[in-house]
Formats: sequence, structure tokens, C-alpha cells
Amino acid sequence: MTDSKPGRDLIEAAVQGHNTDYIEIRLDDTRSNRIVYRGKELEEIGRVTNFGGCVRALVNGGWGFASFNDPAQMRPMAEAAVSQARHVGAGRSNLAPVEPVVASVAPVVRQDPRVIPLARKKEILDSYNETMLAVDGVTSTNIIYSDAHKSVTFANSEGAYIEQERIDVVSRLAATARKNGDMQQASMSLGALNDYSYVEKQAENAEFLASRAVELLNAPYCEPGVYPVVLDPILAGVFCHEAFGHLSESDFVYENDRMKEIMVLGAEFGQKHLNIVDGAAVPDLRGSYAYDDEGTPARKTDLIRDGILVGRLHSRETAGIMGEPPSGNARAMDYRFPPIVRMTNTYIEPGDATFEEIIGDIKLGVYAKNWYGGTTSMEMFTFSAGEAYMIRDGKIAELVRPVKLTGNLFTTLKNIDAIGTDLDFNQGGGCGKGGQMPLPVSNGSPHIRIQDCVVGER
Amino acid sequence: MKELLDDILSEAKKRGAESAEVYHVSTEETPVRFEANRLKELNARQTAGVAVRVIAGGRIGFASSTRPGDVEDVVAAALDTAPFGPEAKFSFPPNAEPATVKTYDPAIENLTTDQMIETGKTLVETVREVEPELQCDASIRRARGTVALANSNGGYFTHRASSVSAWLHGTLIRGTDMLFVGGADASCSPILNTDEITGDVILQLERCKQNADTKTAELPVIFTSLGVAEALLGPLIMAFSGRLVFQGQSPLVDSLGEAKYDSRVSISDDATLPMRVGSRPFDDEGVPSRKIPLIAAGVVSNFTYDLQTAALAGARSTGSAQRALTTQPAIGSANIIVEPGESTFDEMVRSVKDGIIVEELMGAGQGNVMGGDFSGNVLLGYKVENGEIVGRVKNTIVAGNVHESLNCIAMLGKETRWVGGTIQTPPIMIEHLAVSAGS
Repeated sequence: MTDSKPGRDLIEAAVQGHNTDYIEIRLDDTRSNRIVYRGKELEEIGRVTNFGGCVRALVNGGWGFASFNDPAQMRPMAEAAVSQARHVGAGRSNLAPVEPVVASVAPVVRQDPRVIPLARKKEILDSYNETMLAVDGVTSTNIIYSDAHKSVTFANSEGAYIEQERIDVVSRLAATARKNGDMQQASMSLGALNDYSYVEKQAENAEFLASRAVELLNAPYCEPGVYPVVLDPILAGVFCHEAFGHLSESDFVYENDRMKEIMVLGAEFGQKHLNIVDGAAVPDLRGSYAYDDEGTPARKTDLIRDGILVGRLHSRETAGIMGEPPSGNARAMDYRFPPIVRMTNTYIEPGDATFEEIIGDIKLGVYAKNWYGGTTSMEMFTFSAGEAYMIRDGKIAELVRPVKLTGNLFTTLKNIDAIGTDLDFNQGGGCGKGGQMPLPVSNGSPHIRIQDCVVGER
Repeated sequence: MKELLDDILSEAKKRGAESAEVYHVSTEETPVRFEANRLKELNARQTAGVAVRVIAGGRIGFASSTRPGDVEDVVAAALDTAPFGPEAKFSFPPNAEPATVKTYDPAIENLTTDQMIETGKTLVETVREVEPELQCDASIRRARGTVALANSNGGYFTHRASSVSAWLHGTLIRGTDMLFVGGADASCSPILNTDEITGDVILQLERCKQNADTKTAELPVIFTSLGVAEALLGPLIMAFSGRLVFQGQSPLVDSLGEAKYDSRVSISDDATLPMRVGSRPFDDEGVPSRKIPLIAAGVVSNFTYDLQTAALAGARSTGSAQRALTTQPAIGSANIIVEPGESTFDEMVRSVKDGIIVEELMGAGQGNVMGGDFSGNVLLGYKVENGEIVGRVKNTIVAGNVHESLNCIAMLGKETRWVGGTIQTPPIMIEHLAVSAGS
């Protein structure tokens, strides 16, 4: 296997000797495997090598960016990026200072998917597929498995030179049941960093999803309306990401005076029991890493502490312009994109309410779990539950078809009136922003209760 | 180029493949990005790579690579995966006459960065003149690409495309009330009608001057062209995928030939329209493009196929195979054309005593989309009372199922227009949908 990655001296030379305020280069080599099933058939299997590089330059506050697949293009692309930046720049560059790091970070790999033979992966996925198809009433299935090993080299004009590697394993199991033109699905998306082992432990989930898809055909829709809602840790994690995480990304704030008025440190965002953090320094999760894509060391950032806004997520530029410390949240999907402010591992810290206490007070409400997806428009957010039940007189009652939940961020955070003890993480999702998706992230929470949530029937 | 493709095909044959296909794509994009009302970043993105499919032992293997000059490794990887791959039910097509479809405008070579910067400035300045508090992001992007496809059955297909796209996005914040407005356009030619984009944004600003209340009820809903494109068509078009139909994952499994929808509904998938960014002379397996009627006067007329699915289903490829460099060909749509009807948008609005207009549903693609469901928070939409638009709708979910809704059409609009470059549709008014409202 030929290795066309250039040597360190060539990479460093590419970012030296330019007349810029700042310039960086990133080379990215990602090797991935993907297996897809649909129904009885294995639909596709494939292997991808995605190799390339990019250069980003800053001159007088303007950015230039060039990406390429041929490493022989490093220097000309660097020059192109510089010339673009010069064309744009009309002000002052402002990057928060970061001590340049020279490091080579080897991941702690628990179980490497690359040493698992393809035959074994197929065997285990075949078994899940058969398990689902064997359930009476299941008409079809969809399984997606992928593993990707990424090796990134970063260098900048300040003397940083960092090599990092990571392995992402993601999977989705779905079962479909159909009757009289009505179709229902049950699915679960999971993932892990540097560890294949969870993939071999999904037999019970496969069984559950298959039966659930069939059950949903007979389940009623939830009456649309406004309800107290209890979210399981997984869905509450998605809620946290959509409802608050994106608002913490400073690139939405740093040049918007109105947003700065809203997102002022010290403002009250939730009740005293609410604590939300984000950080790649939280280990062994999909959003974990040692250095971000600008060479800034990862950390753990308090976003909300005791209900008060105390922090936000930054790139070097947003930190510099806002006069705040950089937080290590500048990330790029791959070499085709410049880094922008992204979340990492974002979660609500545990409180002290038991599950019985959380549901016990609810006369009529909804218990929602798992997820299909979520989106945000800063002020408003939506997220889709994978499972939902009515809560009646303090008890979990009938299964209903999966619901959609929405709300106003500012009122909803304040309406979280119970936080459980059982923190858990959703690692099966990927975040989308600025065309860069799916970016590996995790989000988590304990069980939480939210008053006055708008619930749609589907 | 042909030499590289032939080298890969020979390598595959040498290593034991019964047949092989190599897909090479090379693109160059230069986006110009505006942030917070001013020029922020100039990008240049160059991508090139190959994707190889082999049929070995009767099964399909796949690998792709962006390493320059990669011949042996990518073929070896494809052959490694083949023993575990699906049984090939089709053969790679020999040469065929492609459809005559114009997708390249030579004028693109003369479109300069400075011209694109000027276009961006015009977009931003025009809308800020109307609303000075609006904070705008914008992007103008020029792209050129070539696709070359060759297979061991003698098929050899190449085509070149150009495109220019522009989008404008504005944020208006008053207290904690946030309004997002925007418009976009795309074409193979550099001539962009920025008036349409700015006109859309100005109209959105006007209609959202104040907020209006909604209630939880079944209400009539008018989807604007943008709303139809974003909320309704996703789940609808998915149901026509021959792959989902064959696997029993489409609500239309038993509906071919059935008058399933209102007879005013006619929708086609057309890859042959000139100078549209969704068009191409042949699909990503080399099958010539055509216009595919999906729904004709309410009747389910055709499902869409790639070669493998067609063979499995006993049908013929409709030229619907689509791929990116790193993905295998799968069924996708080119340009979706919804035929207009008789009613004007104004007539629709005037007919509504209490209802909603939807432009954007946030979260519409998340949920039981395969079953035809759509649902989301009305991110941009307006309340109609007694025939008039009275303000902006907020904190409201609209939900339904597109297969039901297309049988529940109150009026089909007359004013058809392009949305996002690949969808052409009029507005559609649905008699009633479930609306949940917060305070």
C-alpha cells in the first residue's frame, strides 16, 4: 500500500515563508468500510479511501481556503489560499493566542474494527437481519454499518505540528412493518469511538425493534397539544444539543450585536438545578479528541452552571474577537472544509430526582425516548422521538406513535423542572452545520421533565 | 483520462474480476462567502478520484479512492469486498446514445471572483436597504466538473457540467424573537436572477412584520412552492424508489397503475431539461437520461430504477442511478416537476377563513418519512384569517402524511417556479392538517 503522505519537513515548509497573519495546513487520510442491508438482501458493501489536504490563510481579517487531493499541490494551494485571503481582508486579524503544540497522539483503541474480518462483520449483521425478519409482521429491514479510521496531520505558521488518529464505528438497525398501506418503523442508531465491541451486542435490540415496529401498527397517534414531557437520557441528549448546544456556538454570536445581548454571561437560562457542559476532553465518547482542528487543546467548558450562562464554545477567531478563552471547539468534517465552531460531547449533568418522582406528578403527559433526529433555529428547536408513551396519573400508560416535540429554547430551558440521576450518552448521531455532516458528536443527559412542551402527533 | 480508466479495467480483469466499471469524477468549486453582511472567505475546492465496481464470483464489490494515480489498491479493495457483496443481477451497459442534454455553459469560464463578490454584495445590500437591522450571510459558488465512466463491456461515457448557485440568508432579532429569511437559486449558467432571491426575502420580511396566534386544530394549510419542495416532496418521491418498492418499504408497493391521488396531480422526474443542475445526459451507470412520469393525473405511473434494482424487480432502468465519488450508485431523483393547476395563490389565501401558510417546516425530514409522514415546527409561515395574511406563525407544529394530503387538495396553484435549482412546483393548498400550537 503506497503511502502518499508527504514528510513532515515538506508539510511544515508549505506553511512557512508566506506574508500572512496566519496560515495552517491539514492533511486527512480516512479509510472506511460500509455495509448496508435492505430486507433479505445485503444491498451493498464497499471500502473508501478519502485522502486530501487543505490550506487556510488569514490576512487582515479575511480568510482564504483551498483544498486538494494531490499532495504535490500543497505549496501552490497554500499560495492560492494566501492570495484569496489578501483579496478578502479589509480589517484586522484577531485570533486568540494558543501555545503551538508539537504532538503525536495515538488513540487508545479498545477493539479495532480493522482487525475484525469482513466475514465476521457480515456474519453478525446477517444474524441481526434474520432476527428482525423472523418476527411475524415485519415486512422489511434496513441495517447500516460503517467503520472509519481517520489520520490527520496539522501544521501552522506558529510552529504547531500535530498528528492524531481516531476510529469511528456507527450503526443503525431498523425494522419496518406494513399493513393496509400503513407503514411504521422502529430504529436505533448507535456509535462508539475507537471501539467495535458494541456491534456484537445488538441481538436484544434487534429483537426489540422488530416487535416494536409491528406494535406501532396498532398504536394510536398522540393527541397533538401542549404537555408535560419526560425525556429519556438519549432523547434528552438530543434535546440538549439542539435546544442549547447550537446556541453556544459563538460563530452565531460573535458578529451579531442582538445575539450578544441575549447570550450575555451571567444571564439566567434555567432553574438552579440546570448544569450543561461541552467538551472533547471528556474521554471515550464520539466527540472526544486531544486537539481541535486549529491545534487548540481540548477542554471541558461549563456552558450553564446553576442555571446561569457562564460560557460558550469558540474557535480561535470567535474567542479572539469576543475576548474569551479558546475552548478547543474548532472542527472540520474533513479536508474539504475549513474548521468552524462545533460541539463535541454535550450534556446535562445529573440532578437528584428519581424516575418515580419525575413521572409521579404528571396527570397527563408524554414519555418520549430514543430519537429520529433534531434541528434548531436557535430560538426554536424540534426533535423527533423514536418511541413515545402517554403518562396517565403518574404512570407510564399506552404506547403511541413516535411524536415530534418543539419549543422555544428560552422558555423550555426554564421549564425543565426535574433532572434525574441517570446520565447516559447518545453516541449514534452526527451533527450537521454549514454543509459539514455528519460530524461525530455525543450528547447526553439523565431523564428530565419539561413542562409545557408542544407535541405533534408524528 | 481514458488511459487511467483502461488501466483500472485491465487491473480488475488481471485480478480475476468477471467484469468491472470505473467512475472518475473531477470537480473544481470556488465558493465566495459573506458573513455578517460582508465578504468573509474565498474558497477553492478541487476534488478528483475514482470509484470501482467489480463483479467477481457473480457478486458486486466496491471501492473508491482519492489518492492520485491509485490503480492497484483501489481494484484490490473492490475485489476484497466482492465475496461478501450482493449477487449481481445486471451487466454493465455497453455504449449507448446518451440523451442530448446541455449542462455546460462556456460563459462560466469568464465568470470572475470579483463578479461573484459583486453579486454577493448586491444581494446583501438590496435586502438591507429594506431592513437595515437584517444580518446577512450569503454564498455565491461556481463549480465545474467532469464525469468519465467506463466499463469492461465497452461502455464509455463522459460529460461536463457547470453550475452557479447563490443563497442569501438573513437573521432579524428583536428581543429573543428571531426571524430567519432567505432565498436561493442555481443554474448551469452564470446568469443569476438575483431579483428573485431578494424579492423572496423582501416579501418574507413584509409578511412577518408581526406575530400571530394559532391554535391546536385541524386547519387548511397552504404550502408555498418552497414549502412543497421542503416538506412534501421528500417523503413523496422516496416512495417511488424502485428499491423501496421492491423491498416492501414503500406505501406504494401495490399501487402501480392506481389512481391514488387527486386527478389534478401530475409529477415527473426529468433529467433532460437543459441547463438545470439536476440534469445529465446519462445516469451514473451510463444509462441514458429520460423524463419519467411518476404521477400522471393522479395515477401512479412509474417507479424509478437503477440497473440492479431493475433486474431484481423485473423492470428496466429508468436512468435514475446517482452516486457521489465515495458512494455506490443508488436510486435518486434528477429534477422534480410538479405540474401547475388553475388557482392563483391569492385565490387560495382569500378562500381561507382560519388557516396557515407554510414556507419552511423545521424538522420535516425526521420521523417516519418512509411511511410518507411530514411534520415540523413552522419556522417560516403565516396565519391567514378571513382571507388575509395577518402575521407570522410561531411555536407551531404542522403534521400529516403526504399520500393522504395529495388526496385532500383544496386548490392546486397556477404560479409554478423553481426552488433550489432542482424542483419546479406551484403552491398547493391542503384541505386540513393537524396543527399543534404552543402559546
